[in-house]
Amino acid sequence: MAILIKLFWSFCHVGLFSIGGGYVAIPLVQEQAVTINGWLTMSQFTDLLTISEMTPGPITLNAATFVGTRVAGLPGAITATLGAIFPSCIVASILAYVYYKYRTLSVMQGVLSFLRPAITALIASAGLSLIFTALWGASSPGPLSAINPVKLALFLISLLVLRLKKPNPIFIMLGCGICGAAMYFL
Amino acid sequence: MKKKSLKLFWELFRATFTLSAFTFGGGYVIVSLMKKDFVEKKHWLENDEMLDLTALAQACPGALAVNASFIAGYHIAGYPGAFVTLLGTVSPPLIILTVVSHFYAIFSQSPFVAQVFGAMQAGIAAIVADVALGMAFSILESRDVLRILVLCACFAIVTLTDINIAFIIIGCAILGAVRSVKSAKKEG
Repeated sequence: MAILIKLFWSFCHVGLFSIGGGYVAIPLVQEQAVTINGWLTMSQFTDLLTISEMTPGPITLNAATFVGTRVAGLPGAITATLGAIFPSCIVASILAYVYYKYRTLSVMQGVLSFLRPAITALIASAGLSLIFTALWGASSPGPLSAINPVKLALFLISLLVLRLKKPNPIFIMLGCGICGAAMYFL
Repeated sequence: MKKKSLKLFWELFRATFTLSAFTFGGGYVIVSLMKKDFVEKKHWLENDEMLDLTALAQACPGALAVNASFIAGYHIAGYPGAFVTLLGTVSPPLIILTVVSHFYAIFSQSPFVAQVFGAMQAGIAAIVADVALGMAFSILESRDVLRILVLCACFAIVTLTDINIAFIIIGCAILGAVRSVKSAKKEG
């Protein structure tokens, strides 16, 4: 029981202090799981990052399950996940309440009218680094000659189909995944 | 808020579970997918509401995907809705990581897995680019010079510097508040 409380508390820390993007969570998880509590070795932590990159879901939740499973099995995984989302729920409840109560106020309208372009910029920037990752395998662009041509083609076709046909995006991902599997066997 | 029924809760759970299970590569991917599903397909939210709730989610601590699902669920069906969407978002990583952490050596070294996920990255990049383009066009269409400036400035700052996103959100919120107070004074 003591270990579960400790897991909950540690991941509360991670959840509470990871403000402003998933990559902020990485050093926090490292601090809690490797440095303070010694639940993972540094090489297990690197494995965790690799797995997080390759599996869906936010890194904080992946880390919570990975560490929780290692420390206390399934109950550990669930407890750590609950810890990671607990601060989010509290703050999100408060902000959502304030937003729905006051969103018709003119000051609130002014705030929102500037937040919308900012959020659009954030999404665009995330999109750009995803494009770099897809084409060069790194989060910054390399020389044009280093572009992976198959992935460039997949990207352009996907974007074209999305813009023109507006399909369910999950089909785009599945389609790309199938192309990747086909390339492996060719 | 829509009429709450078991069917709506099941729909919410299924939608967030699917989104979460297919969200490779960070919070903005799930926001992009959520916009396509909740705004364009299911019409649970307006386009502006989606942007607002993304801003709220970004201002909260923790994973963007969790916050965005929670607030979207709250908007659509109150606290029970928020609970259901939270459950839907949290379950896939919990299930997948529990399974994968038992086989992770095999999984992380498989060239086949690497190839499939490498190709999917191209698709994910296209999805997020598509959503960003759509949003940017709607701001350009507003022909509000200041908002277009905010869009360009934020994009440059986020892309070129390492400034914490929380500061950018707070900065824009203050600018927006100042602007609306000033224009209210002019009118008054």
